[in-house]
Amino acid sequence: MAKTLAEKVWEAHVVRRAAGEPDLLYIDLHLVHEVTSPQAFDGLRATGRAVRRPELTLATEDHNVPTIDILKPIADPISKAQVDALRANCAEFGVPIYSLGNVEQGIVHVVGPQLGLTQPGMTVVCGDSHTSTHGAFGALAFGIGTSEVEHVLATQTLPLKPFKTMAINVDGELPVGVTAKDVTLAVIAKIGTGGGQGYVLEYKGSAIRALSMEGRMTVCNMSIEAGARAGMIAPDETTFEYLKGRDRAPAGAMWDEAVAYWATLPSDADAKYDAEVFIDASTLSPFVTWGTNPGQGLPLTANVPSPADAVDETDRVAIENALEYMGLTAGMPLRDIKVDTVFVGSCTNGRIEDLRAVAEVLKGRKVASGMRMLVVPGSVRVKHQAEAEGLDVIVKDSGAEWREAGCSMCLAMNPDKLAPGERSASTSNRNFEGRQGPGGRTHLVSPAVAAATAIKGHLAAPADL
Amino acid sequence: MEKFITHTGTAAPLRRSNVDTDQIIPAEYLKRITRHGFEDGLFGAWRKDSDFVLNQPAYQGVSILIAGPDFGTGSSREHAVWALQDFGFKVVLSSRFADIFRGNSGKGGLLTGLVDQADIELLWAAVEANPALEVTVDLDKREVRAGDLTATFEVDDYVRWRLMEGLDDIGITMKHGDVIAEFEVKRPAFMPTTA
Ligand code: SF4
Repeated sequence: MAKTLAEKVWEAHVVRRAAGEPDLLYIDLHLVHEVTSPQAFDGLRATGRAVRRPELTLATEDHNVPTIDILKPIADPISKAQVDALRANCAEFGVPIYSLGNVEQGIVHVVGPQLGLTQPGMTVVCGDSHTSTHGAFGALAFGIGTSEVEHVLATQTLPLKPFKTMAINVDGELPVGVTAKDVTLAVIAKIGTGGGQGYVLEYKGSAIRALSMEGRMTVCNMSIEAGARAGMIAPDETTFEYLKGRDRAPAGAMWDEAVAYWATLPSDADAKYDAEVFIDASTLSPFVTWGTNPGQGLPLTANVPSPADAVDETDRVAIENALEYMGLTAGMPLRDIKVDTVFVGSCTNGRIEDLRAVAEVLKGRKVASGMRMLVVPGSVRVKHQAEAEGLDVIVKDSGAEWREAGCSMCLAMNPDKLAPGERSASTSNRNFEGRQGPGGRTHLVSPAVAAATAIKGHLAAPADL
Repeated sequence: MEKFITHTGTAAPLRRSNVDTDQIIPAEYLKRITRHGFEDGLFGAWRKDSDFVLNQPAYQGVSILIAGPDFGTGSSREHAVWALQDFGFKVVLSSRFADIFRGNSGKGGLLTGLVDQADIELLWAAVEANPALEVTVDLDKREVRAGDLTATFEVDDYVRWRLMEGLDDIGITMKHGDVIAEFEVKRPAFMPTTA
């Protein structure tokens, strides 16, 4: 029977199947960080269980680590307790860890791919919903909760019910200045924050195939914001090219064997999806969010919507609440929204290509007066590469801050936060109330829009400069 | 885990859609490294408002939450389930749940019952008219009963079985250790390791 990419990867990992029970799926790579793991290790300790495959497990410190003075003791006592707990747990259970100061440290979803640990056809899990990022390689990758983290640590498997599949076809050519982030924001606005529920999304079509691995990761990363469990893109030459020669990628004869297998993974031509969505790439433009969930987004050229435009009562209340929280007036042009903080970073847009896009816009320009702009590389490796290319100098010359790697203002668990009422343009993935600090207001944007906004002081695209 | 067959208690109406896990338990509470004591952070931002339903005297001691559609969206944090449980909730009813939240709930022993929005509206009206109304959630019959109202709810068969048996996931899987070991022998050699 014809199978989709997701179904092929699933079938290759079924350890045990029994009627009326979820399939028991083998997990090839388990990524761990300081926030969702302490209670899982606690559980193992309480039940006297060991980590079954420490060498298929990797820990990194990212969610709440500071992005300045990283070699000093962490000032925040709770962050320190979590990081210390992770280090102690990894030592006790034999799990490899990349701590602050290690050249491989960084956001877990940036670290896995750049090491070549994330490969096509794998199952990848992490106690973080943006694990969907790794689907860009044709891996089945999804976020899990802390008790599932404990389950994978103890058994290297997870009992799971099959997902449905949805094809997101993005065909045609993206207009100049339109990026992967705009594609994903447009997809979410189209299908809604609940539209992907129960599905694994497979992004296909010529516009997706034309994306770099970085762009594909951005798209898959945000799948969770459409409610989907995972997002995937079939592996192809772009994927192989990215992986070749990376630290943990296979080499020599193993490489050939792996590529031969990976080439069998793309969905069969006649495979059936449970749902399909079609998007014409040529109609897309820079996209920004105006509300308090990632589905509340519009082209930058649009106006803030009005509760009167709502499709139903629930929607009307949602728009009303969002406008109130965001401090926006219905009907005002999105371009008139003044921003005081710009955040570039996160597992959505904290990779080298994103920093290059930002530097290209900032080059020879200054950020608006009073503007705070933070540029936070997704990993130490990304930071080093950017510095080798001189991007840090461009960033600093423009008046923006150049920081150490971590999640930073994506979720504001470290000192990088919005104050109440402050407004950011952010390349991260969530604009929920309070996500970037209590009372903070977030507009999700692409790296290029973030940079242009920093210069103009209001939401803007590079074309506006 | 305690067995869950039926539960009777009072219920609170949460007339909001798209309640994401950042609202259920704000990120600042996630820094803890213990597994209990998250009740103080439940709906952290809203609890500062004295009008918020859980702050109203009539809804003290509730154990059933009747929520709007798309409950539990957003981050996968299981703390959302713990916070609800630590606060005293045994059941959340909604017409739509986010997948990860629902999965986390089943594992933690918090029942998430999928109820038609029309029945949610009736339940809201009933508990708003009488906050002291006894609500019974019958997992065996997959029924919610409140006064003369009876609504059915959907729950995954496997999750239901586990809740009713009070079984822990890891213990079930570890019984299949030999099958896992057999699978491991056949994994391709080109797959990466982290060590
Ligand atoms: S960057 Fe943001 S979304 Fe990504 S792993 Fe860190 S906190 Fe999660």
